[in-house]
Amino acid sequence: MKSKLYALGALLVMLMGLLAACGGSSSTTTAGGKTVITLWTHSAGNASEMSTLNKEVTSFNGSHSQYQIQIQSFPQASYNDSVSAAALSHKLPCILDMDNPTVANFAWSRYVQALPVTDSDVQQMGLLQSAIGRYQGKIYALGQFDVALTMFARKSILQKYNIRIPTLDQPWTANEFNDMLSKLKSSGAFQFPFDLNPQYGGEWLPYAYSPMLQSFGGDLIDRKSLTSADGTLNGPAAAKWGQWFQGLFKNGYANPKPSSDQGFLQGKVALWYTGSWATDDVVKKYGKDALFLPSVNFGTGPKIGGGSWEWGISATCPQQASQGASQFIKFLMQPANIALLNNATGLIPTTPAATSLVPRYATGSPYRILFDMLQRFTVMRPPTPAYPTISSSFQKAAQGIIQGSDVQTNLDNAVNAIDQDIQQHNNYQQ
Amino acid sequence: MSVITGATKQVQVIRPQQRKHLRGNLVTALILGGPAFLLLLVFLIGPFFMGVAFSFTDERLVSPVPAQFIGTKNYSQMLQVSILTLDPVVDPTTNQPRHDAHGNLLYPSVRTFTQNEQKYPQYFQLEQWFSVNLGNQRFVVLAHDPTFLHSIFNNIFFALVVVPVQSGLGLLLALLVNQKLKGRNFFRTIYFSPVVTSMVVISIVWTFLYDKNVGLVNHMLKTVSFGAIGPVNWLGSPSTAMWAIIIMSVWQGVGLQMILFLAGLQDIPEQLYEAASIDGANPVQQFANVTLPGLRNVMVFVFIAITIAAFQLFTQVFVMTQGGPNDATSTVVFNIVQRGFVAQNIGYASAMSVVFFLFILAISFVQRYATREKKGK
Amino acid sequence: MQQQALIQTSAERTQRSRRLIRMIVQYAVNILLVLAFIFPLLFMASASLKTSNDVIFSDMESIRGLLPVGSLTLNNYVAVFQLSPFLRFLLNSIIVSSISVLLGVFFNSLAAFALSRLQWKGQKLVLTLIIATLIIPFETIVIPLLLLVNNLPNISMSGGLALTQGWFDTYQVQIIPFITSAFSIFLFYQFFKGIPIEMDEAALVDGASYFQIYRQVIMPNAGPVIATVAIFTFLGSWNSFLWPNMVIQSESVRPVMVGMNYFFQQNTQWGVVMAYATMVTLPVLAIFLAFQKAFVTSLAGSSVKG
Repeated sequence: MKSKLYALGALLVMLMGLLAACGGSSSTTTAGGKTVITLWTHSAGNASEMSTLNKEVTSFNGSHSQYQIQIQSFPQASYNDSVSAAALSHKLPCILDMDNPTVANFAWSRYVQALPVTDSDVQQMGLLQSAIGRYQGKIYALGQFDVALTMFARKSILQKYNIRIPTLDQPWTANEFNDMLSKLKSSGAFQFPFDLNPQYGGEWLPYAYSPMLQSFGGDLIDRKSLTSADGTLNGPAAAKWGQWFQGLFKNGYANPKPSSDQGFLQGKVALWYTGSWATDDVVKKYGKDALFLPSVNFGTGPKIGGGSWEWGISATCPQQASQGASQFIKFLMQPANIALLNNATGLIPTTPAATSLVPRYATGSPYRILFDMLQRFTVMRPPTPAYPTISSSFQKAAQGIIQGSDVQTNLDNAVNAIDQDIQQHNNYQQ
Repeated sequence: MSVITGATKQVQVIRPQQRKHLRGNLVTALILGGPAFLLLLVFLIGPFFMGVAFSFTDERLVSPVPAQFIGTKNYSQMLQVSILTLDPVVDPTTNQPRHDAHGNLLYPSVRTFTQNEQKYPQYFQLEQWFSVNLGNQRFVVLAHDPTFLHSIFNNIFFALVVVPVQSGLGLLLALLVNQKLKGRNFFRTIYFSPVVTSMVVISIVWTFLYDKNVGLVNHMLKTVSFGAIGPVNWLGSPSTAMWAIIIMSVWQGVGLQMILFLAGLQDIPEQLYEAASIDGANPVQQFANVTLPGLRNVMVFVFIAITIAAFQLFTQVFVMTQGGPNDATSTVVFNIVQRGFVAQNIGYASAMSVVFFLFILAISFVQRYATREKKGK
Repeated sequence: MQQQALIQTSAERTQRSRRLIRMIVQYAVNILLVLAFIFPLLFMASASLKTSNDVIFSDMESIRGLLPVGSLTLNNYVAVFQLSPFLRFLLNSIIVSSISVLLGVFFNSLAAFALSRLQWKGQKLVLTLIIATLIIPFETIVIPLLLLVNNLPNISMSGGLALTQGWFDTYQVQIIPFITSAFSIFLFYQFFKGIPIEMDEAALVDGASYFQIYRQVIMPNAGPVIATVAIFTFLGSWNSFLWPNMVIQSESVRPVMVGMNYFFQQNTQWGVVMAYATMVTLPVLAIFLAFQKAFVTSLAGSSVKG
């Protein structure tokens, strides 16, 4: 018995050693002498994004035989924590994608290095401003796609309840919107007429709801100084937003805890506020009846969020691998590859050259409106290293407001957290 | 007993060898136990003191800026509490208190007191935790870190509920399983099975069960109450979230207490029960006078173990609620991980860890004292 | 005579019927409790076999939610293997847990032996110190431990032997910090104290070294406590989450519980998530069922003496 145990133990140790040696993910060269470039993405679980990425990597590995890119994917919710842990242990991958508003923080924390890309380069590409991750004048990340937040609705439903169909030039006003929600609710046909996916949580909350805050006239932080949110996030305009937002749930117009995001597709919801990634599903279900409508003008015009996941290179990526990495990113930003991704996912391309390769956004197409919305209504999330704190503080405030607790207190507490964080970091100077 | 003394007598005869072994013992002990002692020193005691050291700095997880010594600032921030008394806003012209649209009294904004360093330095940068209205006045409890204080409160609440409930339920189950019933081993197995299941799995499964619209728990409640109890937003409502976690945690852990009590019950000699029943005691009296005293040691062990475990509440909160809604399920350990690992504030998280440790230490002492053997029994 | 006999049998009859009622009540209570304790796991297993979210949702409105009825499928299980390197995660957990058990039993029992069977200077002090560390919850040292392991030197075998920094993303970071367990030492210590000292002395007389005493006298008699410590260590390692979640990012050494949480975060299909959960739970449940008698008796026997 004892000897069997020893044998088992020895076997396990050998197995462990073998696996540790074989499974090394931070190795820099493969047996064939190729430079291994590790790549992390947040898109685990997203079939179309992963399949496109796999295609692009296979293509690149084939045409650039001295490099081999290896992909590891993570779920979005844990992604940033994994990046921090990897930064701590100096095990960051060479290439990583990052959400646009976090680029400034990653750059300040020295996770990522500046890309060999100049302003004139991106100008020549005609790259959307929201697809560039900047910090202190340097470019750290480039994005292949962006997303437009839109209100999905059905023509038949709007017509049935005599609701005006808004245009980009004449969006719904706040009063119109509140009236129509009340009408839809009292009709009895929809338990919760308006779905804005509060259950997504995480970065969705600032991404989707801060544009509404901005349309009311408030903001996440004072953009001129980027040192304080006092008066902006908890000022009278922001309080108005908070009251209206809380009212959505208090009045039963929106469900604070939907079990899934399929309500609109199942006909249980009349209005769905979500990203344009859902257009394919909506069109598949409702065809010509589907409408993509602009956000509501709450005072300063309709606003939507901008800036999505962009590619960058870590600061600890060794020399040779970095060269390969920047070649890969340039490869990704070619019109053909941008078009490949956006055709597969239904997202919005970031250069005019790529847009011409994506038929759905051709002028005259019904999807074109999404492209135009992105051009006209985008407000970026504040480009400051303090953004992670701004995001988590806003998330907490938004969730508190959804719960029904006092709006002003929630906003004040968020402002406290943000201002203190900025102070503790000495305004994030280097 | 006599056998052992006989043996030692034998050994005492072989003195020279004994002395040789006694002297060599230190080296042998260090060789044999050394690895374990070393590992304990490096991986438990070392980090413990490192943490204490960090708590006096502003160390961050990953930062281009080096850490600095800041004394007890972390502690003062963590534990700072104040009470602000507010009088209703008075209309200067009429000298009458003003009301809002709903007829409630209006009070000045808390922020005017907490952002004015010159005038109100004692309230500077504090946040509102909660407020209580007494008569016309409003008492606002301010704290620098209301989330942390709320977490301590949550942990205490959790412990106060779970310790008696889980112990009591464990005892009941043990009594039940102890009965000479056919198939009691099957029952015992079932009651124990949640204990061996991973808390991550349990949290995920119960997240689905607790779903407000389609979850099984709400459906069962509806059926059992014939529709009276409407869908409860278990994990999404501050008033029910902690209870949801409590129920689930008790479900998971009670099997272990059952086993311990079962062992304790089986240790109580049959003769005591026989003697009691000969004296005319009924089952209840037997329980009170034979069972409970016989289980004393087990009960003390169970109490202390559950209490310490209750303060370590983390996984369920991390997977199911992330501390929400509105800090309703925030716990100290969750906070430590949030502040230290996610928000990357190592110094502050270390200070929280030290306070947490002292807290647990204090509770252990109190429990030991309260359950000590009374002298002269 | 006959009257007395009659009274006796009627008394016996009432006693028997009382006993019967008691038995029925106990059975009923037990069955209710069984349902209460098993329904989440039943749900988990049943949902893993159902075809879509809609089916699961509608089934939950009745007892169908707990039962694998209707059109069942194994597609969810297939999907788990397609969507994640589940086998790799499982293997990682097996490796980490098994080695933790082997090393844990070995080193902790050695330490307990040294503390209980030998006489040496400072013995009492070390024992008290070890018992004292029982108070330190792991969570209070997790952050400094994180920084510590990140700064320990590591021998990396990829691309030739090299000295690298940090233990993140390795097997040893999941094993070594937890080998010494004050609780395990305590259990061993209590048990060893109960083994008669004469056996040591007899072996000493025969000229055995202390290690030989450990191997041949103490350990063969320590079956119950070894089982208890092994069980606790295995469960603790297999179910661990907080630590590996922070120090493991690489899929090659990721344990199955971290994988479970990631899988939960990235999947909206309840059936698939439940399939993963079932596969993660079944091995432990199966082992538990197979050894449950030993499990339960060893658990109860050793710990209560405290």
